[in-house]
This record gives sequence, C-alpha cells and structure tokens, in this order.
Amino acid sequence: MTHLPVLVVVAPLLASALIVLINSRKGAWVITLLTSLFCFYASVNMLQMLQDVAQLSYKLGGWDAPLGIELRIDALSALMLLILTGSASLVSFYALRSVEKEIADGKQVLFYTAFLLVFAGLIGISITGDAFNVFVFLEISSLSTYAIISMGRDRRALHASFQYLIMGTIGATFILIGIGFMYVMTGTLNMNDLAARLPAVADTNAIRAAFAFITIGVGIKAAMLPLHQWLPNAYAYSPSVVSTFLAATATKVAVYVMIRFQLTIFGIEFSLLDMPLDKILMFLGTLGILGGSIYAIYQTNVKRMLAYSSIAQIGYILLAIGLASHAGFTAALLHMFNHALIKGTLFMALGIIFFRFATTELSAMSGTGKTMPFTMAAFTIGGISLIGVPGTAGFVSKWYLVTALLDASLWPVALLILVASILTLIYVGRVIEVAYFRPAPEGQSQHKVPKTMVIALWVFALANIYFGLDSDISMGISTLAVDQLIGIRP
Amino acid sequence: MNELLGHFNYWIVIFLMMMGLYMVIASSNLIKKLIGISVFQASVFILYITFGKITEGSPPIIRDNVDVYSNPLPHVLILTAIVVGVATTSVGLALIVRIKEAYGSTDEDDIHDMDDNDDFHIKNNRSIT
Repeated sequence: MTHLPVLVVVAPLLASALIVLINSRKGAWVITLLTSLFCFYASVNMLQMLQDVAQLSYKLGGWDAPLGIELRIDALSALMLLILTGSASLVSFYALRSVEKEIADGKQVLFYTAFLLVFAGLIGISITGDAFNVFVFLEISSLSTYAIISMGRDRRALHASFQYLIMGTIGATFILIGIGFMYVMTGTLNMNDLAARLPAVADTNAIRAAFAFITIGVGIKAAMLPLHQWLPNAYAYSPSVVSTFLAATATKVAVYVMIRFQLTIFGIEFSLLDMPLDKILMFLGTLGILGGSIYAIYQTNVKRMLAYSSIAQIGYILLAIGLASHAGFTAALLHMFNHALIKGTLFMALGIIFFRFATTELSAMSGTGKTMPFTMAAFTIGGISLIGVPGTAGFVSKWYLVTALLDASLWPVALLILVASILTLIYVGRVIEVAYFRPAPEGQSQHKVPKTMVIALWVFALANIYFGLDSDISMGISTLAVDQLIGIRP
Repeated sequence: MNELLGHFNYWIVIFLMMMGLYMVIASSNLIKKLIGISVFQASVFILYITFGKITEGSPPIIRDNVDVYSNPLPHVLILTAIVVGVATTSVGLALIVRIKEAYGSTDEDDIHDMDDNDDFHIKNNRSIT
C-alpha cells in the first residue's frame, strides 16, 4: 500500500507499452479498462488514507526531498485523482464500441496507447511535488493529446490538432521559462522548498516575471478566455471518446496547476493580493462566462456548442479563484468536480448521437427524444445540471459561487451569473427543443445503440443527480483541500 | 558597455525568443510556424544553460585545486526539455504530412478557406427549416 502513489502513474505508463506489444484490439481495451479501474481503486484508497494523515509523500528512488523528486498527495491532489480516474474508468468502458466505429482499424491499438499516456501525464501533474516534473508530465499528456485529437475522422481534426500543438507548446514553454526563473532565484525545484524560500526573494522582477510566465502558460492550457482559440475545434472534431475525456479532465488539470502554483508555491499573499491577479482573474472569468455562453448560442454543431460552454465553465472556476476567499476557493474546487460530471454526461450523449448519425449537427437530432429516449434523457439531465437547476450537481457549485460572491458583496457579478444561467438555458433548451418537439425525419438509419455506451452514460448522469442531492463527499474534500491550501489545517 | 557584453547570452536569448514567436504569429506556412516554435524553444534551452554558469566556476567535474564549480543541474533539466522539443517537432511534422495529404496544402490561409467551405456545406445540406 505504501507504493500506491507511484503506482497510479507507473501502471498506465507500463500498460500503454504493453498494449503495443500485445497488439490486439480487444486486449488493448481490456488492459485500458483494468488499468483505469485499478487507478480509481487506488485513488479511493488514498482518499481514505488522507482521513488519518495530512498528506501522503513518496520518495522516488528512495532519495529524500528536496534533492530527490517527491510525489505528494494532499486533499487537492486526491480530488483531482478522483476526477481523473473516475472519468477515465467510465470513458474506457464506453470506448469499446465508440472506438471501433470512429477510429481506423489499424490505429485502434495505438489509440488506446496514446489515451493511457494522456491519462498517465494528467495523473502525474496532479500528484507531483516537484515543479519541473509538472512540465515533464504536462508535455507527456499534451503530446499524446495532439495525437489522439488528430485521429478524428474529419480532416479538420488534423488542423485543430496542429493549432493546439502550436498554442500548447507556447504555453508549456512559458511554464518552463517561469520555472527556470524560480530555480535561479531559489536554487530548488521542490514545491514545499520553493514555498519556503520564495518569500525572501519575492520582491524581485525575476520572481514577478516567473509568476507572469507561469500564469499565462497555464492560462493557455486552461483555455482562459482570450487564450481559448485552440479549444472549440479540438473538442469538436476529435473522436467522441477523446472529447469526453478531455472535456471532463484536461482543462481542470490546468486549473489545478494554476491553483497549486498560486496557493502552495507563491502563496496567497503574493499571487492574489500583492500581484493584482485576483482582479485580472475575476475580469477574465466574467468575460469567459459571458463570451463563452454567447458564442455557444450561435453554434449549429452541438459538440462545438458544448466546447464553447466549457470555456464559460472555466470562467466560473477562474472567477471563484479570483475572489481569493475560503468560500471562493471551495466553490472553484467544487465546480471543477461537478463540471467534470456535467461535461462527461453531455459529451458521452453526443458520442452516442454521433455513433448513430455520424454527425453532431443540431439538425440531425430532430426527434431523437422519441427514437433514442435513454440517451436524450441523460443528455437532458446533464443539460439541466449545466444550467444549475436545484437537485443537480451544477446547482450545488453555482449556489456556493453565488454565496461566495454575495459574501464579498459583489452582487453585480452575482447578477451576471444569473444572466449567464439564462444564456445556458437558451443553448441547452435549443437542443432539447429539437430533440423532443421536432419529428424524426423519414428513413432514418436504424443502427442499434450499444448498451455499454448507454450504461456508462447513465452512470455519469446519475452521478450528477447523486452529487446534487448529497454533496457531503465532494464538499468535504473541497473544504479539506482549501483548508490545507491556505494553511488553516496542516 | 560591460552591462551589454556581460549579458551577451541573454541578449541572444531574447532575440531568438522574439524571432521564434514572430515566425509563429506572422507566417501562414505550417512548416515555418513549426520552425518558429523550435527556435523559440531553443532560446529557452540557451537561457537555462546560461543560468548554470557561475562566475569563475569551472566545469562540474571534481578536480584538485578547484573550489567553484558551475551548476550542472540546469544542463540535466534542459536535456529533458530538449527531448520534449524533439518530440514536439516530430509530432508537428507528422501532423503536417497528414494535413498535406488531406488538404493538399500546407498554407494556413488555404486550409482555413477549405475548413469554412466544409462548414458551409454541412450547414446547407442539413439545414432544419
């Protein structure tokens, strides 16, 4: 059990190599599923261990930190692990038939390989205690992400992937520059060590530049509004499995990196109070909420619409971080968790639509409320959760966000959030209207929808309702994580 | 004058970094963009290597009569980053090959036009009304 922290990274890495060696499609799927389930089991286990100890630390190769590289799992990392491994387990269960349909025969094995590499990279980012390691894992996950996005059947997937490669590389290199400056000023790369040594040199231009480079680099990865151009096409044209997994996890991991650097390494005083980042984040967050929602209304491709909606949801999270209060951070973490559930549900439902009609254009969805009742019911649950109707997960996090805003007496922003909810209602409502109130066209393709895909979809959809009614688990971890981050609890 | 020459490496880094970024933004040819990214990354490699130099420091190999050594850690870090850079360039080139096959062009403006065209056809073939 002492090796669990390293196993969650090593298992998917080894499994991805094993898949290439075995070179069988069914085998690849079985190994991917088992690896994800194992990681999920390990995450739940580590979460239980965190009840007794403040954090789990693992010394790689037996070298003590700060000289050696350390894996460190606190409540925030555990929350990320839960999101990542939970989504990956469901997505890989769902993947069997979706990948058969969407990926060319010869590439399916390699697809699973790249998928596991993305998974391993994202997990690595979430649990490492070393700043340079963040960059390495970020590139492991990014490079494999470019590969799996380009496997979409549409040729535009290639162009989308290339655009993401350019933007993503600039972002990652910015992070590299920032880490370099921090290393030069402090002589260490271990996150805790950095946190201890930074205050002494915080009042220098090198550290301010480091902070700016890292914030912008991570902002690109998180699709913060003016840096979001890569996201809509990358999500819209990638295979359904990929867009589901990325929408549920990838941008959240980038936001995790932002929170980790701001709160653990630079410290809340420097990053959110001395530097005016709180106001910048609030401004960009609000802009993202409104801009993303308005763009979403004008899309005719539902997948692209949801991609713009993701940009808006990242806006909510950034806005909550910008509040720089305990309630704000808690709302941000809670929304990261809940948004993973929401977007997982919605993109999975679209994957099933794509499986049947080979398109996700809105017009293709006429009458699907009758012809595909289970899929569309789950889509509706995800949709009302996105709007924030009481009884769903989306409501819980929006409630906490609005409460946090009112605590800071920012009622105009709280009002804007309500306006944004109406915008969300418009674009989600449009899909539901087409699906339930327009007749299905004659002579529609009568493909059976695979049961495995619907089961995975419904697990996600029911999770939306469960965490909407009983937020003890998600709220408990988020509160604990924030307590640890701002130093109330060790 | 000493300020200028003493920071010679840093001037080179800034020049390369800006040149690389400019190539990414200004050229519409995908291969030129990728070269721009490579130049941009290379400038950061030089930045790290320069960080490692300590005034009067000798190469970090233990010898007699030497007290001050340069810092070897940035070199090791940047070895990793160079590997990442090579991987990025090769993935990028592989994508460009596929793009050339699919679109018949490596010029971003042409590709944008073809993308818009695709969008237009999809909307018109399946419009609701």
